Amino acid sequence: MRRSTIAAAALALAAATGTAVAQNEQFIPANGYWVGPYAPGGSGFFGGIIDYFQLLNERDGGINGVKLTWEKCETEYRNDRGVECYERSKKKGPTGATVIHPLSTGITYSLIDKATADHIPIISMGYGRADAADGRVFPYVFPLVTTYWSQADAMIKFIGQREGGMDKLKGKKIVLIYHDSAYGKEPHAVLEKLASQLGYQLTMIAVPHPGNEQQSQWLQVRQIRPDWVILWGWGVMNPTAIKAAAKIGFPRNKMVGVWWSGAEEDVIPAGSAAKGYISSGFNLPGTNFPVMQEILKYVYKKGKGEMDDKSRIGSIYHTRGVVAGIITAEAIRIAQTHFNKKGKPITGEEMRWGIENLNIDDKRLKELGAVGLMPTLRVSCMDHEGSGLVKFQEWDGAKWKPITDWIAADKKLIRPMMEASAAQYAKEKGITPRDCSREK
Amino acid sequence: MLYREAGQFKSSYAEDQQIFPIRQDRIAMGVLLAVAFVVLPLAGNEYWLSAILTPLLIFALAALGLNILTGYAGQLSLGTAAFMAVGAFMAYNFVLRMPWLGILPSFILAGLCAAAVGVVFGLPSLRIKGFYLAVATLACQFFVLWAIQRIGWFTNYSSSGVITAQQVVILGVPFDTPARKYLFTLTVVALMALAAKNLMRSETGRAFMAVRDMDVAASVIGIPMMKTKLLAFAISSFYCGVAGALHAFAYLGTVEPEAYSLELSFNILFMIVIGGAGSILGSFLGAAFITLFPIFLNLASDWLQNVTGIEIQHAVVSNLRVIIFGALIIFFLIVEPLGLARLWQITKEKLRLWPFPH
Amino acid sequence: MPTQVAFFVEVLAGGLLAGVMYALVALGFVLIYKASGVFNFAQGSMVFFAALTFVSLTERGWNFWLALAVTLVVMVVLGVVIERTVLRPLVNQPQITLFMATIGLTFVLEGLSQLIWGSQPHGLELGIADVPIDWLSQKLNINISQFDIFAAFVAGALVAVLAVFFQKTRIGRALRAVADDHQAALAVGIPLQHIWAIVWAVAGFVALVAGLMWGVRNGVQYALTFTALKALPVLLIGGFESIPGAIIGGLIIGATEKLAEVYVGPMFGGGIESWFAYVVALLFLLVRPEGLYGEKHIDRV
Repeated sequence: MRRSTIAAAALALAAATGTAVAQNEQFIPANGYWVGPYAPGGSGFFGGIIDYFQLLNERDGGINGVKLTWEKCETEYRNDRGVECYERSKKKGPTGATVIHPLSTGITYSLIDKATADHIPIISMGYGRADAADGRVFPYVFPLVTTYWSQADAMIKFIGQREGGMDKLKGKKIVLIYHDSAYGKEPHAVLEKLASQLGYQLTMIAVPHPGNEQQSQWLQVRQIRPDWVILWGWGVMNPTAIKAAAKIGFPRNKMVGVWWSGAEEDVIPAGSAAKGYISSGFNLPGTNFPVMQEILKYVYKKGKGEMDDKSRIGSIYHTRGVVAGIITAEAIRIAQTHFNKKGKPITGEEMRWGIENLNIDDKRLKELGAVGLMPTLRVSCMDHEGSGLVKFQEWDGAKWKPITDWIAADKKLIRPMMEASAAQYAKEKGITPRDCSREK
Repeated sequence: MLYREAGQFKSSYAEDQQIFPIRQDRIAMGVLLAVAFVVLPLAGNEYWLSAILTPLLIFALAALGLNILTGYAGQLSLGTAAFMAVGAFMAYNFVLRMPWLGILPSFILAGLCAAAVGVVFGLPSLRIKGFYLAVATLACQFFVLWAIQRIGWFTNYSSSGVITAQQVVILGVPFDTPARKYLFTLTVVALMALAAKNLMRSETGRAFMAVRDMDVAASVIGIPMMKTKLLAFAISSFYCGVAGALHAFAYLGTVEPEAYSLELSFNILFMIVIGGAGSILGSFLGAAFITLFPIFLNLASDWLQNVTGIEIQHAVVSNLRVIIFGALIIFFLIVEPLGLARLWQITKEKLRLWPFPH
Repeated sequence: MPTQVAFFVEVLAGGLLAGVMYALVALGFVLIYKASGVFNFAQGSMVFFAALTFVSLTERGWNFWLALAVTLVVMVVLGVVIERTVLRPLVNQPQITLFMATIGLTFVLEGLSQLIWGSQPHGLELGIADVPIDWLSQKLNINISQFDIFAAFVAGALVAVLAVFFQKTRIGRALRAVADDHQAALAVGIPLQHIWAIVWAVAGFVALVAGLMWGVRNGVQYALTFTALKALPVLLIGGFESIPGAIIGGLIIGATEKLAEVYVGPMFGGGIESWFAYVVALLFLLVRPEGLYGEKHIDRV
């Protein structure tokens, strides 16, 4: 039985990989999830990426004539399936997988070793290891735009702004409600350090997975009577927390969520209770941006769009996917130029250089039609995060409205922490960090 | 015709008691091992070795562990993933804190730690049975994960509670390529499977089965209930612990505690039910089915779409796959409730008579 | 009232009311286990399926009662289909096989719900806001949500209806006979298959009620399937076969869990809720191995 199953699977594999590969293509795997509890995130994000690639193919005929191709693989948000999808997709296309977007912190962890050995860069945009921002230790991992640590710092900055100055934070009470997992523990160190510097009182309350029952946590909040609550939630935990806040009468406009607590899918289930709730993000929703209009015009008009639910076009997860698409495509573009491969597919190693030398400034954002959709981004060998900018938005009951400008995290505070953590990783793994001054 | 035992005489007890009394079985096993140890590492590509075969073997080992407890000793457990987590995190700590120990002794110690946890959470089995016990083992599942997340020592105080398994080096040989990792896993799994096979044929194994079939009757004929049940928990957890260590060291590399969620426990339970409870072979067959089948469905649906040219929305395909997977499991249970191992046995019976069934 | 006492009362009341929510899910398990000896792991998916069907219908502009009735019909049909395709072929199989079959059923139901209605989460409001009752919070400084009270009433009504159904109706009596002894029931001419189909349909109804209550709290989304995990320790304490046990078990678990999390949890870094209920149930079982109201089984050799 076992052998026959293997044989059958092998046959199917041969059939699937046997299709002719055109040489003028750039292959990017779309290993995501379209089923299970996190399906809204997976389907929206990968819908956005693919829509943007489709736009490039339809409008420009690809990048310098190189068509972008992709293939979906269902990871079900599970580590072992993520590894299997990665291994299956890494050799596809003329040059193999160009870059991987795991869209899961767990899968990112599992792929770091493998992708580094295979010379395939990982973009973990807004999730994964924060310390991977130290590109000397993690040459192939890019926690682009904003890491959890920068995020936590920006949140405190935002609260300071609202209170009328950072010095006003002294003596204020802030509660962190977090998902009890590796992800939820990410902000602890930063928030604690800031608490000792700024003098606010910090209480951290864990919510066990999945977080569909939070009575006791919010009773504790009620007893503490904090000035602000930071919500570090995931999935069903978010609407439940917002509802529970309403239940104890805690004002929603004093709740600040991380970006995994800030999509439409996180507030719609909470109904009217979510009105006034604030969350952070590094991409804005909406279809008014020129690039989104182009996607509607070139992709959806032709019936080639990914989102079958049209109301989700321009939702947070969808535009986040578009941002990921823009970043990926820009990196391919500059790698093609640098390696003299215009009109030819690039390898994963060349892609790594491309991402590491990304510089999406205001001018480029304007050309891309993405001003305001995403922050500017400048990646380097030292800094694999590239931006650290965060914007805050408020849910008005029907849509997200931005309420601040881009807020920058304090790199002076975050950077040494990242370096210390990365150095520990390097020591454990026996990695000699690169010398960035010798990188070109 | 080919599979016949006629003419194979046994003239000593040792011959009669060997694991594979039929010559053809011995040859088949030899061939299988040769393929697994020699042909696959040479011929198999990276995808097969690192994404399919290695995890398959690791899950088979965990399933074997659960099978000892559930299939042989009759104690239903839903805490398998927790024992794997203990194995993974303790192995990491032993290697980290006592590097002079070497990888294999660290794995064994990690397995013993898992066994100790297993004994503690096996204590209720002396009082409660059946689904009450199964639900009680969930306490273990949730408590262990909570403790690993809460107590910094387990993760060496890493800020996010994630560990990165060290490189496996034995006698100066680094096991770093997919083929080497696969061989390392295979060796451990093969040895432990052999040990399990023999253990289940020994007095201990028979005591397990007596407890499974009817514990009151077993205790009446003088089988010490406490010792037997706790031993079953200990051995089972040891196997799961080693599987967990392999999972971290030879497969994923960097793991978070959430990787050992309840879902994994259920998956492993699936493996033994589909494969066959109370069968060593069944653990392997079940692990193969549960790991390979979703991949097969994945490829088959892509292939079907390519061939027929019908493009169906990916979400629809993904959901259909989940439905088919569930439906097939039900179908399997209806057709052969005793699992794939039983099917294999029936095939062997038929083969004996082939081509002249009377 | 002094604040400390008021807070304690609040935690206790909140816990008891949360326990009612757990009991709602646990009831579905009990019904099926009682009549057919199946530990139905798919109960959580049934909750999800029912709530999602209802919400999707109302979002398409259906009237509340019409949507409720149609969903109910769907759940009854589902129960009958499950009996036909899953349970009947598996009669007389070991319990673990049946248990695994219901896990297979979980996959089918989850895939089916998302296939038909999509994977987007929905909001659900039943017209009763989840906000504290004013005069309680003003007079006594105790926060108790009016929705929790409503849920408790619904649970109470549900148990009452089930009790009448089991005690007074012909089908109910047949159900009890089946629960006591399958073979004896068959011998006196009770159609076992029909009874099972009815029980699954009733469990579907209970799932719908639970789905609506939980849906208001969490939104109607995939995570509703996780509610099953909250019901398991309740079953341990209340016994797998007792309807009052489910309610009492729910109250005990809810109250101890919340009190522990609020008063003991912070000493250990919090989050002990995830396992505390199980440990309570476990300790309880060491004293009473069949749960509070479970039936004693005497083994014969």
